[in-house]
Amino acid sequence: MTDIATMPRSVSFGRRLKRFMADRPLIPLVILLIILVVILQILRPGIVNERWLANTAKFAIPLAILAGCQTMTMLTGGIDLSVGTVATMSAFIMATQIVNQDPAVAFLLAMLPAVLIGLVNGIGVGVFRVHPLIMTLGTSLIGTGFLQVYQRTVIASGAKIPDFLNWLGTGVTYGFPNALLLFVPVAVLIVLMLNRTGFGRLLYAVGDNERAARLSGVRYWQVIVALYILSSLLAGITGLLYIGLIKAPSLSLAEPLVLPSVAAAVIGGTSIFGGRGGYTGTIIGALILTVLTTLLTILQMPEGGRRILFGFIVLFVTAAYLRIVEDR
Amino acid sequence: MTRFLRNQGWVAGLFALLIFLFVVTKLIQPGYGSGDFGSLARAVLPYAFAVAAQTVVVIAGGIDLSVAAMMALTSVTAASMMNGASEEYALFVVPFVLAMGLVLGALNGVLIVVTRVPDIVVTLAMLFVLQGAALLVLGAPGGATAEWLKASVIGTVSVPGLPDWADAWVPKALVLLIVCLCIVWIPLRRSRLGLSIYAIGSNELAAFRSGVPVARTRIIAYALSGLFAALGGLSLTISTGIGAPIPGPYLLASVAAVVLGGVALGGGKGGLLGPIIAVFVLRLVRTDLTLLAIDPNVTAIIEGLIMVAVVMFGAFITMRSRPAGATP
Repeated sequence: MTDIATMPRSVSFGRRLKRFMADRPLIPLVILLIILVVILQILRPGIVNERWLANTAKFAIPLAILAGCQTMTMLTGGIDLSVGTVATMSAFIMATQIVNQDPAVAFLLAMLPAVLIGLVNGIGVGVFRVHPLIMTLGTSLIGTGFLQVYQRTVIASGAKIPDFLNWLGTGVTYGFPNALLLFVPVAVLIVLMLNRTGFGRLLYAVGDNERAARLSGVRYWQVIVALYILSSLLAGITGLLYIGLIKAPSLSLAEPLVLPSVAAAVIGGTSIFGGRGGYTGTIIGALILTVLTTLLTILQMPEGGRRILFGFIVLFVTAAYLRIVEDR
Repeated sequence: MTRFLRNQGWVAGLFALLIFLFVVTKLIQPGYGSGDFGSLARAVLPYAFAVAAQTVVVIAGGIDLSVAAMMALTSVTAASMMNGASEEYALFVVPFVLAMGLVLGALNGVLIVVTRVPDIVVTLAMLFVLQGAALLVLGAPGGATAEWLKASVIGTVSVPGLPDWADAWVPKALVLLIVCLCIVWIPLRRSRLGLSIYAIGSNELAAFRSGVPVARTRIIAYALSGLFAALGGLSLTISTGIGAPIPGPYLLASVAAVVLGGVALGGGKGGLLGPIIAVFVLRLVRTDLTLLAIDPNVTAIIEGLIMVAVVMFGAFITMRSRPAGATP
């Protein structure tokens, strides 16, 4: 008797919990983040302090901005794999041009390849209808080639990291990393753009049902070109921030961030097929990945084992998240 | 009928391009002979298997980002198993590594089917896992290869009834490639399974409703991709004599050749012949650029530009051949 009476209630509680989480997809992500931090604290008591928080934020911010590029492009059903190359190019050009040029000129020169690559991506995807994966991989190949040729022309002049970028990338004021000064406005802009502006709505509309969007008068190629230029510009700015953090200009500076940025957006609940997702989830996804990296470093695993775990955890989190959100 | 013509037309056009490139090569380097052709065939070998691996999955409507990592893992496994072992032991290593590729590929498929996570994300996660496993097997490039395996790709095959000068143009590597691909591909193409692979790539729902076991077919497609990737890894070990745990540029190259070979990224269209010819075209372009004494960095730019241009052209053709108003 009691069994029968309690069974449905417990089931309904589970279902209610599930529905609650499905309605607020951020909650399971935040819970996961907290669990990871707690595990970290148990493994290495006392590690979670103000300095650690600032450090985590510093490393999560470049990842989060690049993941923002992925979020926006994924909302339209695309992906931008050229962000790593664009960020590296901007950082490298900035570090080498600042030696002989005015900072403003160096900044403009650093942003030029970002705009160009974004434009080519946008034209390829929007006008010629090339698959975004291929298009952005191709432009990143071309970009890397140009960067290698460029490197040899500036090899004599050397490179330096501008003080301002140093301050922005590594500095901490009152316990808050200075990078937040860049990140908070960028994040607010992206969230507001996606939720409140016509352009944001167009991105969702194009990703959800491209044909319907076109038939309702959306100028598809213009939206896509604008989107990829925006994505590239953000990647370029991330590159400047990242060089201030890493302090060593190299030709593969931001390349290791590309695949994690895709992972962060996917963990954050943005559908890779377009039309669904948002930037807040992505930010938490980037935080989760950063904490996870720290955790795996602390476990003192060999590099190989760390990568294996990283892969499986990304897969597991995505699968679990899909289960929770999609079972409505 | 028109579709058949168009598909075959694409492959025929590619073949004409390949012939044209050979003529150009001969003009640039009048001494280009059978020996150079043999080294071209050896260089193409790992690329061709990577492309075959990608082709099977793309036809089934997916994409496999883990191809290069799978090749690295199988390559280091083979190299470290053959290190210090007897020549006969390699007879056991080859089937073992091939089985490993098959199983790991099937694991890709199972994860995609079971977790319902998009295949881009699953294979991306597997890229990390396989890369990590490769690093655990062999931390730095090393290992060894059995001599008879090395001999299997060097030199030429003497075909009975052909004069010596013609024999010189039949390098062992090319024969090995054709034999390996045909053994797997031709029976597959003619079987019910092959048809099912095309069916799920073309329209998954329709295939499901016509009684195609979608999940099983998808797993088999990924398993075959793993098998081809293992062949690619083995050929890497054989041609270099060692195994390297860091994946080469095979992912990008495989996707590029698949697109250039006329296989639609949406799935369900194309064959294996086109992508294989495309690999030869891409490698031959690189040879020509090297023969022209062009800086290797500029070569990277030109290769990227060719790839992007070809992909744009292909997308443009597909777009024009569709009825107006329809979307891909």
